[in-house]
This record gives sequence, C-alpha cells and structure tokens, in this order.
Amino acid sequence: MTSSLEIATAGQKIDLNRLESILSKYYKRGRDALISVLQEVQVEYGRIPQESIEPIADTLNLFPSEVYGVVTFYPQFSLTPQGKCTIQACRGTTCHVKGADKIISTIENTTKLKEGETSSDLKFTFKTVTCVGTCALAPVMVINNKFLGKLYPKKVADILSQYEKG
Amino acid sequence: MVEIIIDGKTIKVKEGITILQAAESVGIKIPHLCYHKSLSPMSSCRICLVEVEGARTLVASCSYLVSEGMKVKTDTERVLNARRLAIDLLLSNHPQDCLTCEKNGACKLQEYAYELGITSTSFEGEKTQYPPDTSNPFIERDYSKCILCGRCVKICEEIQVLSITDFANRGFETKISTFYDSPLQETDCTFCGQCVAVCPVGALTEKVRRFKAREWELKKVTTICSYCGCGCTFDLNVKDNEVIKVTSTEGGINGLALCVKGRFGFDFINNPARLKTPLIRQNTKNKSHEAEFKEVSWEEALSLVAERFKEIKDKYGPDKIAGIASARCTSEENYLFQKFMRAVIGTNNVDHCARLCHAATVAGLATAFGSGAMTNSIDEIKYADCILVTGSNTTECHPIISLKIKQAVKNGAKLIVADPRRIELVEWADVYLRFKSGTDVAWLNGMMNVIINENLLDEKFIEERCEGFDEFKAAVMEYSPEKTEEITGIPANDLIKAARIYATAEKASIIYSMGITQHTNGTNNVFSIANLAMLTGNIGRESTGVNPLRGQNNVQGACDMGALPIFFPGYQKVTDLQVRTKFEEAWGVKLSEVPGFTMMQMLNEAGKEIKAMYIMGENLMLSVPDLIQAEKALKALDFLVVQDIFLTETAKLADVILPAVSFAEKNGTFTNTERRVQLVRQAINPIGQSRTDSAIIIDLANIMGYKMHYDDAKSIMEEIAKLTPSYGGISYERLEREGGLQWPCPDPTHPGTKFLHKDKFTGGKGKFHPVKYRPPAEEPDEEYPFRLTTGRMLYHYHGCSMTRRSKGLDEICKEGYIEINPQDATSLGINDGDLIVVSSRRGSIKIKAKITDKVTQKEVFIPFHFVESAANVLTNTALDPIAKIPELKVCAVNISL
Repeated sequence: MTSSLEIATAGQKIDLNRLESILSKYYKRGRDALISVLQEVQVEYGRIPQESIEPIADTLNLFPSEVYGVVTFYPQFSLTPQGKCTIQACRGTTCHVKGADKIISTIENTTKLKEGETSSDLKFTFKTVTCVGTCALAPVMVINNKFLGKLYPKKVADILSQYEKG
Repeated sequence: MVEIIIDGKTIKVKEGITILQAAESVGIKIPHLCYHKSLSPMSSCRICLVEVEGARTLVASCSYLVSEGMKVKTDTERVLNARRLAIDLLLSNHPQDCLTCEKNGACKLQEYAYELGITSTSFEGEKTQYPPDTSNPFIERDYSKCILCGRCVKICEEIQVLSITDFANRGFETKISTFYDSPLQETDCTFCGQCVAVCPVGALTEKVRRFKAREWELKKVTTICSYCGCGCTFDLNVKDNEVIKVTSTEGGINGLALCVKGRFGFDFINNPARLKTPLIRQNTKNKSHEAEFKEVSWEEALSLVAERFKEIKDKYGPDKIAGIASARCTSEENYLFQKFMRAVIGTNNVDHCARLCHAATVAGLATAFGSGAMTNSIDEIKYADCILVTGSNTTECHPIISLKIKQAVKNGAKLIVADPRRIELVEWADVYLRFKSGTDVAWLNGMMNVIINENLLDEKFIEERCEGFDEFKAAVMEYSPEKTEEITGIPANDLIKAARIYATAEKASIIYSMGITQHTNGTNNVFSIANLAMLTGNIGRESTGVNPLRGQNNVQGACDMGALPIFFPGYQKVTDLQVRTKFEEAWGVKLSEVPGFTMMQMLNEAGKEIKAMYIMGENLMLSVPDLIQAEKALKALDFLVVQDIFLTETAKLADVILPAVSFAEKNGTFTNTERRVQLVRQAINPIGQSRTDSAIIIDLANIMGYKMHYDDAKSIMEEIAKLTPSYGGISYERLEREGGLQWPCPDPTHPGTKFLHKDKFTGGKGKFHPVKYRPPAEEPDEEYPFRLTTGRMLYHYHGCSMTRRSKGLDEICKEGYIEINPQDATSLGINDGDLIVVSSRRGSIKIKAKITDKVTQKEVFIPFHFVESAANVLTNTALDPIAKIPELKVCAVNISL
C-alpha cells in the first residue's frame, strides 16, 4: 500500500470511502483485528481520524471507548496528523552515555520542535524513544524507518537539511 | 471438592473457585482493590497477593484457582511487605485530603493504609494533574484520587453492558476516559452510577451528597425503589431526616445495578415543595388553577371530607362516589383504599392507573391462561435462547430488565425486536421488525402463519394443554407473510426469519409492555401474544413465558389488592356470591355486587353519574388521554379530594388536598412486575404534618362511622393474607427473612412461585383466541396526516410529580420534545430544536422538534411527562371494548410551524 499523507487536520471531513475499503476486509472480525485495522488507518490517513473511531468500533463489535483506549496506548498511533518525516531520537542507555542530549538539542534547534510536536507545514514530527536495538551505532536516530548512527551534531544538521529539501 | 490449607487451617472447598473466595468462605479477609465479587477479576492492583507453597512468586488470590493440597499463607511478612509497597506506590500519586474527602470512612485505600500502618508515602515526585470532571448533574470524577483499579470500566462493560469508559494513554498519563475524553453527557452514558457504586476510593462520588454527611453519620435503610416495576432493592442513606444518597446493596433482583432514577432521583423526598399541611379550597365556585387554598388542621380537613362524602352518599347513593387508588402506594394502602370505597362508601367504583397501562394484560392473560401477571421471573431472562421484545422500550422504561436482555444476548441468545420506533435495543437485535403502529395483531398473526406453515409448532403442547386451536388456526391462515407486509410494512423475509428464530428456540421468552396494551385492540394484541407462546410451547417452563412489564413500582400490588372495579383482592370477583359473603363477614358490612366504573368511565360520567371523587397519589391531569376533557370532568365534580405528596396538576383542581408521605416515610410492601412481594421500610419521619396514606384512610373511615383499626402495616398484611388466597403464605416475618416472595404463595410453607403455569395452566386449559387485525380508532388522514405515538423516557416518570422535583433529573432533561423523521422535517421546513405546533382533533400543544430516524416517516413520538407540552392533550379516549384501556399509543395529528 502506498503511504499517502493526510493533510487535513482534525475537524475537516475525511474521505470515508478509503476507510470503508479498509474496514470491508475486517467486518465482524472482533477485537483481535483492532491493531491491524488501526495500522492500516494510520498509514492511510497519517493519523487515526476522530471520525474513523466509531466506524472502526462498529465493524469490530467494540465500543468506541475501547478503540480510543488502544489508539492512545500505542505510540505508533496518533490522533493528530504526523509529519512527512518522523524523527525518532534514541534516549536509551548507550545513546545517553554517547551524548544523545546533544543530538536531541540539535534536532530541536534545527526543526524548532519540542519532543512530541509536529511542524505546522507537516514536514517533521519529532519523538524520542528508549532504545531501538542498535547500540553499536550509538547515538542513533531513526527517520521513517531508516537507521542513522554514529551521530554528532553537525551530521544531524546535515541529514535534516537534506530531508528539509525533500 | 478439593482440600487446601489456608493459614494452617485445613478446609474443603468447591473446585474452580479462587483462593480469595476460599479464604472468605472461612472468614479470612484478604484485602483487594481491583477485585469485586460481582465482576470478573482483573488482577491488577497487587494488593490481594498471597504466598502459595511451591510457587515462584506471590500470586494474585483474586484470580488464582485452588487445587488439591494447595498450601496458602495470607499474612506472612513477605506478603505484607508486598502489599505495603503496592499501597505506598498508590499513595505516591494520591492526594492525602481525607479531611474533606466524601469517601472518608468508606475508602478502601484509607482502610488498607491504616491496616498496614502506612502513614504517608515514601516516594516523592510528580502527581497526576488532570482536572476533575464536575460537568454533569450526577457523577463527579476526581482524577487525582483515581487509583486506576478499573472497576468502573469493568462494571460498565459487564453489568451495564455499555463500556462508556476505558483506560486511555499509557504509563504515568493513564486515565479512565470516555471516547475522545468527552464529558459523560455527550456519550451514551445513562448515568446509572454503577461506576460510583464500585469505586473503592473517592474518585467517583455522587454530586448531590457533596459536603452533606460523612460516611459514618449515614443510617442505611434497605427498601424498594419507588419508580418502575422492576422492584430494585437499595439503601436510603439518611442523616437528620434527610435522604443524602442511595446506594446499591448487591441483593434483590438488581444486585449492584440501579438506573439513574433509582440512584439519583431520590431528592424529591426532601424537596421543599412537599405538601406539609392539609389544604382546603377557598373559593369553591371557581376551580381555576390559581385558586387559593387555606391551610387547615387534619381534624378540619378530614371532617369536611367525611361530611361531604356522607352528604353526597345520602343524597345520590354510594355509586355516585368514585375512588382512584395509586400504583405508587403500598399494597397495604391500596388494600385499605379499596376497602374504604367498598365497605365505608359502599361502591365498587375503584380503579387505578393500571387501567391506563396493563388493563388489557389483566383481561387478556386472565382469559387465556387464568392469570394476568408476568409468567416468569426477571432473572430467568438471562438464560433464554430467544427473546422477543415488542412494545417495550425496555432500556428506558425498565432499565434493569434491559440489562438482563443484553446479558442474554452476550451469552448467545437471539433477540427479536418488534417496535415502530428504532429503540436502543434494536442495536442488539438479530432481527428488527419495524411495523406501522397499531398493526400488532397483523404481524403476530403473520408470524404464527409462518410457524404453522413450516410446521414449527409444538403439537404435543397444544394437544395436551390448550383448547380452541382449530378456530385460531383458521384465523391465522389469512395472514400470509406477503399480506402481513402489506398491512404492517414488515418485509416478508424478516418476518419469516423472526418466526423461525422464535419457534426453533429451546427457551423463548416474550417481553412486552404498553406498545401492546394501549390500543383499542389492546386485549386482542395480548391474546395474540398468548397464542404465539402457546403455539410453540413456550410457557410453563423456565426462561420462557409471556412477560408483560408493569410500569409502576406497585401497579402489580394495586391490582392484586383489588383496586379494580370488578375484583376484590386476589382477583376474586365482586359478582361472586361466595366471595362477597367472605368479604362481608370479614369487613362486617353488606357489600355491593354491582361492578364499578373504570377510570375512563368515571371521568366521562363526572358531574353526571359521578358527583365526588377521591384520588390517591395519581396525577390524572397528565396521565389520561384528552386532558382538556379530563379537566372539564374534574371541574364538573361536586367534590374532589386529592391525596398526594406534591401540589400536582390534579391536586390544583381539588376541594381538599391531603398531604401524604413518600415511600421513604412508610412501611409496607410493593409487588414488582415479576409478582415479587418485597418490604418497604421507613427511613425518615414524615415531612411536616404529612401522614401515611393508611393513617389518613383509617381516620377517615372512623370519622365516617366505620370502625377501622390496625396497629401497623404488618397487621394490614395479616388481614390481606387471610382474605387473598394467592397471598395466603405471605407475612412480614417471612419477607424479612426470605427477602421477597413471589405469589402465588398460598400457605406459610409454600416457597413462592418463580414461574406460572408449570404442567397446567392456572385456569386449566390454555385458550387460543382467534383474533383479526382491526385498524386503530383514529388513522391519519389529509387533515391530520401524522400518526402520534406516546411513551416514556429514561429520565422521567409518568406525571413527573417526582422526577421534575429531583434536581439532577430535571437538569438533564427539562422539557418535552417531539421526535420527527429527517425527511418529514425537511419537507415541513423544520429544524432541530424548532418550536412547533402539534394538533389533534382534541387540542394542540407547542413543543420542540427533535429530528431523528428513531421514528419512521409519517410517525411522530412525544414523551407524555411534561405539563408544558402534554402529549395527552392530543391523545384519543377511544377504548378497548373489553379492558376499557384508552388508545394512548395511536392517534392522528398535524404539525405546523
């Protein structure tokens, strides 16, 4: 499936046909299918739109509160639109020792984003995580599933400026 | 059975129970926060940890099952340390404001901290900072006190079957949240308050009780709810003669569950508007609503009533006086009321609001089966394989019964809902039959047509236990699914599907209410329902039956007590000489053999055949059809006495108003919809000079020269039991001991009857009645193109004399509305919330439009509770020829802006 970024923000109408084509595969599958449905919806819209929660609940025979609980539990789901590039900086023990603080502050200064924020042009979302399992490359960040290691501030700034250009 | 050792004690317990249950069975208390015995275990709080020999870690006793030879220790230092740590961690994110916390004294966290000797937390740090939610009138949620035990989530899921909330976010930010964190009033929450009932700490509390009483100051009195016919048990919590809150007891038919009216609608009891002194009308000529009343002494008021009744009786005869008893009063009071009318006045002119709700049931089921009551019990619904709900908006009108239906569906039962309105239960249904209101006989016949044609009937049952089958069959044969579709609008395929589900179920139960009875065909509708149950042999067994849900707390009792014009208590006919002789001997007077007037006849004859009326606890001026005529009727009386707790619309028309007491101020019994007689206990002293209805009736009887004396409510029940065969074995001692008895209970050793017609119908053979579809008395036409149906809604009750005087209920729903289909609204140019005029041949009202697809095109619905927009100004007085119940469910109206 191609990842398309939903530019619409909460409050604007979403294209329900796209939701319908996801849900049609899961009709009455029950709560076991919830994570899969949410993952597809997240990819399709770049977030879990508010209007999608009740149809998802209906399809899987769940209550909206239950779906909301799962959406807000997992960091992979987001209720608000996410940037085109998701930067995840590692705060794990090794990265911490190897200077993750400086990496994080470089990201903050370059993107003008605090942890958890998304830029208003929807280019970047910045998050931190605790260990991505590549300690040999510490300090590490991950941009859209691409692992970037042995970082130092200038290298971070260079990488980000490339992404900035697209 | 397995043998285990707990704290050195060897015990034998049932297999499959948990360690915690085993420990409790021998009196060993294990502390717990997230576990609640009415809910499935969550094992998250880690307080109930115990040591099991051989286990690697401590185990959660709330979910760990016992096994043979298990050795358990519940109070070792290791266990206590683990508990201390868990409590310590909880306290680290919990305010220590016990001084003003409503839960102080009943808080589990406080209790365990005390028991474990934890004075303060040893963990310093950040605390959760979510603001409290105080935005609705009933429930306050203080997130800072929430320990995330999840009981509120669990009870909403398992008992209320709604799941309004769940855990949201993760880690430190976890909170109990609704969908999108919206306030409860914007969700499907019905404010049953089950969550409040199980919250172990002060996170969820009742709004009305804030700063009124500490837990230890409250006196709890167990009694029965005074709203619908479910008959829920609860505790009134009292301080200084004021009811502060209502709590559930875990007992009764309802267990922990209550509905919003039961749990939060009690504050009418101490409402300042309660009538406190007897009142006499000043200007008897002008019976306007603004008439002035003078406060008088009881002596003066009762002498006047006695004098006027005697005068009218002497001048015109006893049958010129009529009485309306009350389904909200106790059975003892209804017994005295009908005794007063029969023995003191000397007439059978006594009726009550059952005439407006289930007269058709009493008449229809008594003829078909020999008994006019709900055949099976509320708890049996849970175990049915198929439930057919028709003409009952159970979720709103009998909330606790709707929970049993939903639990049955969750257990795999099939649900068929047949209703003109898309009521909430439709969401749970396997088949929804939406028919044109008033076409009940047609679709029921259609369904039976399918059952006969597909040979799904129970021939053995029909052969052995019923009569009149052939004639009935001939009548049903005309109603092919296609013809039925033409009359009712139900697609033939849906009807066939429903027929197959109902007929092939092992245990199928029918639940119905006023959608069936409030028609000019009411009795025929009931016959049809009875036919359906007999045809498939779904009666006389557990979890089957024909189950009319009675609308008021004691409407069953009021019927049982003979507050009906043709029956003495226990449905013994006034025309039967032997019966009459028995009552004449017991009451020491000659009794009338002439059946009395029904409620609608009384009103029709007011000023003519009826000169005076005595109305106890009934707000006729909202509950009867065609209110404009009803007002004229009451004004035409020479003399009207109203006995009530508030100055109702009816009381305003009275010559004398006698202030009675609420259910909280009296002892007695209510009989709920499943024939269960339950004790009502006095919790507070009468407000002002108000008196119990029994005390008023007894005094009045004595002043009128008839000697009446009872020591208490108990001695009235003793007289009832002597004269009423079905109540023969009922006594206060047994009710106190056994917690409620279902009639028939003919003698002191009889255990009561869970379901009727086992092996044999009460009346001998079950009687099939051939019935044909007849349209309602008034059908829409060009002038009045809409079909109006009326009913109740969750937050209010009947004439609203109680619910509009309860702060929370009045706040959450202040005014009436008319439900109108979106397409109709568009074609009339009506927007949601517009004030529109609704008129019928009898009158017109102004009311707000509520646009919804709950109603189909050309049908509209109005709840009848609101005096400002009273639906009964519009409704039709046309009567069912047998039961004399008016057609409150169908009339024709037009709508204009």
